[in-house]
This record gives sequence, C-alpha cells and structure tokens, in this order.
Amino acid sequence: MIEVKNIEKTFGDQKVLKGISTSFEAGKTNLIIGQSGSGKTVFLKSLLGIHTPETGTISFDGRIYSELSNDEKRALRTEIGMVFQGSALFDSMTVEENIGFPLKMFTKKTPQEIKERVDFVIARVNLIDANDKKPSEISGGMQKRVAIARAIVNKPKYLFCDEPNSGLDPKTAIVIDNLIKEITEEYNITTVINTHDMNSVMEIGEKIVFLKNGLVAWEGSNREIFKTDNEAVTDFVYSSELFKKVRQMYLEEDQK
Amino acid sequence: MLIRYLTQIGRYFIMLKEVFKQPTKWKVMRQLIFKEIDDLIIDSLGIVAFISFFVGGVVAIQTALNLTNPLIPKYLIGFATRQSVILEFAPTFISIIMAGKMGSFITSSIGTMRVTEQIDALEVMGVNSLNYLVFPKLIALLLYPFLIGISMFLGVLGGWMAGVYGGFTSSAEFIQGIQTDFIPFHITYAFIKTSVFAFILATIPSFHGFYMKGGALEVGKASTVAFVWTSVVIILVNYLLTQLLLSA
Repeated sequence: MIEVKNIEKTFGDQKVLKGISTSFEAGKTNLIIGQSGSGKTVFLKSLLGIHTPETGTISFDGRIYSELSNDEKRALRTEIGMVFQGSALFDSMTVEENIGFPLKMFTKKTPQEIKERVDFVIARVNLIDANDKKPSEISGGMQKRVAIARAIVNKPKYLFCDEPNSGLDPKTAIVIDNLIKEITEEYNITTVINTHDMNSVMEIGEKIVFLKNGLVAWEGSNREIFKTDNEAVTDFVYSSELFKKVRQMYLEEDQK
Repeated sequence: MLIRYLTQIGRYFIMLKEVFKQPTKWKVMRQLIFKEIDDLIIDSLGIVAFISFFVGGVVAIQTALNLTNPLIPKYLIGFATRQSVILEFAPTFISIIMAGKMGSFITSSIGTMRVTEQIDALEVMGVNSLNYLVFPKLIALLLYPFLIGISMFLGVLGGWMAGVYGGFTSSAEFIQGIQTDFIPFHITYAFIKTSVFAFILATIPSFHGFYMKGGALEVGKASTVAFVWTSVVIILVNYLLTQLLLSA
C-alpha cells in the first residue's frame, strides 16, 4: 500500500502540487486522471522519487520515502516497476536483454536462471518471436508489452504506468489494460496508472484519483464515477457525447 | 551570464563526483567498457589513420616547398614533420577532430536516452545513471593515447612517403631529420596532454548530453554546444600544459 500525505511541489514560482493526500491499495489498479497541467505527471514522478516534494510524506507499506537512507531508497527502488509513456526501452539491447536487465543488475541469478525468468515473463505478456529483436524493430504495442515485462520481471511490489495506452489502437489498448489488471491481481501488486484514456477508467479503474489544479478533486471507483455529481469530474470524464450517453444508460439501468 | 557559466561549471564537477559513486555491478560494467572501446576507440581508428597519414604528408610537402635557401639542409623536412606531428598535430588537433566525432556521438547517444526517458528508467530502477553511462567511457578512453600513438606514427610515415616519393628529400635525409635533436620528454609531454584530453573528451560531451532538456532538435543543439566547449577546453588546457611542461 502507498500512502500519500499532504505533498506539495513547486517549480520556480508555480505550485504544481498543492497538498495531495490519498492512498493506493495493493492488488488494485489505481488510476490518476485529470486534465493536462493538473499535476498528474509531477505527482507520479514524486511517487517514483524523481521529484522531491517540499512538504508531506509518501510511504510504501509504512516506509516513509524521505526518511530512508540512500541504501534503503535503492533497495526500495528495486521493488518498483515502471512502464514509461514511450516505453523507454534501451535501444542498444534486444528485447530479451531489456527484460533481463533488472535481474542482471540487482540479483545474483545465473545467466540460466535469468533466461528462464525472462522466458516466463515473455510468455506471460504474450510476446511472440521477439526475443532477439531490437526495440526499433517491433510495433508500439509490442514495445509496451516489453516494457511491462521488464517492469514485472523482478517481481515488484509496486507498479507505476505513465499513459500505458498512448499511441496504441483501441484494441491493443484494451489488451494492455487487461494485462496490467491481470498482473496486478495475480501478483498482488500496488499498481498506479497515470492516464487520459476514459476506456481505461471505465474498464480497470478500481480506484480513481481525479486531480485538478494540483489537488485531489475527487476519489472513487469506476462504478462510483457514473453516479458522481462532482462537476469537475463530470465535465472532464463525460466531455464526449458518447460517454454522456453511456452514463445516462448506466444511471437508468441502476434506477431499475 | 557569468552566474550561468559558474553554475554549469559547478554542475560539471558535481557530475564528476557522482560518476564515481554507487558503482555498477562489475559483470555489467565489463560489457559496457568493451562496447565503449569498440564505439569510441576502434571506430575512430580509420578516420584517425586517414587524417594523420595525409596531414603528415602535407606538413612534409609544405616544409619542403618553403626551404628555398640551398644552405638549409634537407633533413629539416623530417625534423619539422616530426616536431609538428608529435608535439601538436597528433595530440591536440586529432583531439579536436575527436571532439567532433566521439563528442557528438557521446552527447547525442546520452541526449537521446534523456529524451526517450531511458535515463529516467535507469534512475527508477535504482541504477546510478551517471556511473552506468559515463564511467565506461572514461575507462575506454584510457586507450586514447594508443590511438594518438598510431596517429604520430602514421603522420611521420605520411611525411616520409610524401617527402621521398614526391622527390623533395631522400629517405636517409628524412630519417636523419627525424633523429636530429630528439628530446624523449616531448613524447612524455604529448602523452600527458593526450591523457588529459581523453578525460575532457569523455566528460564534457557526457555532461551536455546528460543535462539536456527538450526533444530531438535540442539533442542536435547539445551536440554542437558540446563540440564547441570540448574544443575550447582542449585548446585552453593545451596552452596551460605547454606552458607548465615545456617552458620551464
């Protein structure tokens, strides 16, 4: 479980995070949503330790990040898997080398053990015939699968995903969403996803944190988001006619 | 402006400190070093050999064409070629050419990793990205003096071939020139310079790549800026080292 208490982050004279408090449970897919400029990316990077908040605390199963020693922080980082928006795969390595990288860096596994684990996660994310290919030789959807495989290969306790569906066609996006949800439940990972994709919100959002102007404006599940009358949320989530109709249908069905 | 330069210089030295912290696992580092030796040293052999051979030849021809007085001995062609190549051309000017070749390669490869979030990925995993990216380059460039040694040899060889086969001097005269007033410390001086330049070649382009911001266009700009600053620092350090080592 990740608990965030009152974090604030300022760049120059612009306060981007204005006191965010929330929590993300293990075994659930937690989504951070909000308009561009609402502070989602800064929030995610603060959770990852890339940005250091000026105030507040972030704790990982009781371990307050800012109070950890450098060695403890490094150890904690090996428990984190991250899927970047652009996948961030290492260009100079093959798919297999990319996935095996965290094992090679942080474990004492033999090359044979690394190979077995890599093959296992490759099969888990349904990557076929890509082991020896370079990231530039595979499609965007496959790159995302490689990124997910790399993120989970070292059995992380926490999985962070930044816009995992960006640049993917709707069908592949759903496959990636479902893959993340399955992996979260299977390994009881605390998963936090930063997304703009309303399909993801409806499909896999077990907990949704809606940010507006650097603050948490609403929290709830994908079931509750249909019923909320929070104006900021309805403006953002139901901005398209299609989603307005979906919501209407859901509410009508709920009343019956 | 001045504050900005001082900030950058301070940042550069902080980067150098970080490069030696939290070392990467030796098994991984060994592979990275071999890869950098291949990319930086082996891949530069061809261009260094080509430039050195022909510039050595041009130095010999230019010297020969300027020796119009019959009282000046022909062995001066070999002498001038040796002095020019060993003292300045091989260590300094090849280093400036390498600031363009190796430097832009280093800046653009690290800069691209920054733009595509590969450096963030390393950091999130708990890898000291500066050690992972810069340290192997520093170690690979310990072989840089060998590259310059080859440049010295081929420069003088090019001079000999141009002088002898161009009909400007005899082989015996050219070799006599190479041996005349030879000061072994000049070789030491050249290799001291080369080692310092190797450090500059590894670190300044890395600094510009690592701390760049923006997209693909900025990667190109960072490579250009890195080349300019690497060249400027090499020229300044060359002046200082020459003053320190030769003018005593």
